[in-house]
Amino acid sequence: MPRIGNDRAPQPATIRAVDLGKRYGSPGAGGVQAMAGVDLDVAAGEFVTVVGASGCGKSTLLRIIAGFEPATDGTITVADEQITGPGPDRGVVFQDYGLFPWLTVSENIAYGPRQKRYPSAVVGEKTTRVLEAVGLTRFARSYPGQLSGGMQQRVAIARVLANDPAVMLMDEPFGALDALTRSAMQAELSRIHRETGTTVLFVTHSIEEAVVLADRVVVMAGGASHGVPGHIREIVPVPLARERDATSPEFNELKRHIAALVHEGVEAAA
Amino acid sequence: MSTTTSDTPTTSGTGTPRRPEDASTAGPSTPGAVQPPAGRRLATGLRSRLPSAAGWRGTASTLALALPVPVLGILLWHVGVQQGWTLPFGIQMAFLPTPAAVLTRMIDISVGGQIDDAFSGTLIEHLTASTGRVLTGFGIAAATAIPLGVLMGRFTVVFRLLDPVINLVRPIPVTAWAPLALLIIGFGDRSTIFLVFLAAFFPILLNTIAGVRRVPVRLLEAAAMLGTKQAQVLYKVVLPSAMHSIVGGLRIALGLAWVILVVGETVGISTGLGSMITQARDMSKTDLIVAGMVVIGLAGFLADRLLVLLVKVATRGRPTLS
Repeated sequence: MPRIGNDRAPQPATIRAVDLGKRYGSPGAGGVQAMAGVDLDVAAGEFVTVVGASGCGKSTLLRIIAGFEPATDGTITVADEQITGPGPDRGVVFQDYGLFPWLTVSENIAYGPRQKRYPSAVVGEKTTRVLEAVGLTRFARSYPGQLSGGMQQRVAIARVLANDPAVMLMDEPFGALDALTRSAMQAELSRIHRETGTTVLFVTHSIEEAVVLADRVVVMAGGASHGVPGHIREIVPVPLARERDATSPEFNELKRHIAALVHEGVEAAA
Repeated sequence: MSTTTSDTPTTSGTGTPRRPEDASTAGPSTPGAVQPPAGRRLATGLRSRLPSAAGWRGTASTLALALPVPVLGILLWHVGVQQGWTLPFGIQMAFLPTPAAVLTRMIDISVGGQIDDAFSGTLIEHLTASTGRVLTGFGIAAATAIPLGVLMGRFTVVFRLLDPVINLVRPIPVTAWAPLALLIIGFGDRSTIFLVFLAAFFPILLNTIAGVRRVPVRLLEAAAMLGTKQAQVLYKVVLPSAMHSIVGGLRIALGLAWVILVVGETVGISTGLGSMITQARDMSKTDLIVAGMVVIGLAGFLADRLLVLLVKVATRGRPTLS
């Protein structure tokens, strides 16, 4: 994909978590250990999904990588750099979009490049390019409130892409969408990932979605309410070719395996 | 892919934005092919701005429903005065001027030539003086309460420092400040402006604080991950997000400013609508009192409309701002 302007070509980055843990509240007996001992290596350009029951710490993991919350134990690096806070190298796509309602679609997308103080011509070209990539050129001048949920989420993805992020962090981005829109968005995200080669960490409740999208599926278990801190139960590689057929026996075999891991995690902890 | 304009989000005749269908199957679009031709776009733009036949019918039916009650009210007022009705609260309608007398008085104070007394043709002078006081007091209140509210809403330390004081001072009615203001400031413009300022200050402050505290955390996170510098978060996210609430506060404050104006102008001031009403009371000119009341009501109404229009223009009609 051609790059525009004076930014260095974005290099997909690695994510490396070592013995990562998160404790809420006081450091003594009063606190709650939400997550502990998470070791994870995500290769540059890899698509990793994270599944697990509610409270297993999958969103916490994502928020720590995004820099919204500090880890209380262990280390976390992106492109071998310690994370100290949020930044445009790590684009986040939220379940509830988080678009600025007073800005048009194209202004929302141009927001990041403008923060980097690119010349307006470069901002314009970047905006046009990502608008095209998500198929929303016609809606450039609409406001988010005028769009459906699926379209708003595509604006949110475009807004992150316009920043040429080294890593894309997606927190149940399609959780609020209907089934048809959801599968269309999955196909589109796969295509965008293929074209941009960005590293993606994708948190989801849906085991099927996790298998459809991922190179590897991280299964998490536990959680404060289970008395065991959230942790990684197993990392399952998905060796299926892309354009995956969700009805094939191989696909369903993987789904069953992961579902068993998720449920085991819940029962073992309960 | 469709190249018609039919599914672009324009406003429909009723003015509600249409929610376009999710074009989830749309792949990367061909540039140029999807943009509606400029001519078509202009045409739809014009059509949505000119009221349609249905729009005129809507206006007519609105008028048909809005008019009967005031017309009946004025009619009853006229008859009541002539018949000398006594209403609840012991209202002696015989002491009221007729609607026609009030109208005559309004024409007289506006352009003169009807009654020819000391008040003929003085309306513009009173109105200018009052508007000036309202705008000054309101302007000072807005200029101080908005920044303070942003600080209090954004920084817990500032909030905890000032909130107790504000909660102690706020319940004191501004009318109770009036006698003190006269003594410590003296007669004249400045004590009236001070009272208007006091009345306008708290609604703006409280609404600003509430708006700033209600800024969705998600928007702050989004701004942070898009690389917004800390110093810019305030006007990039916090202010736009709190705008709606701040404007609400400004409107309440502006309404109160006109209320307090009359109190502030009762003593020691010779120009202003409040002063005009006070002089009219001393001379038992009820038609002049009612005329003054109507003018103040109209001025307050117009001021509110102007404020709303100003905000709309300043924010270029962006959703959630105006």
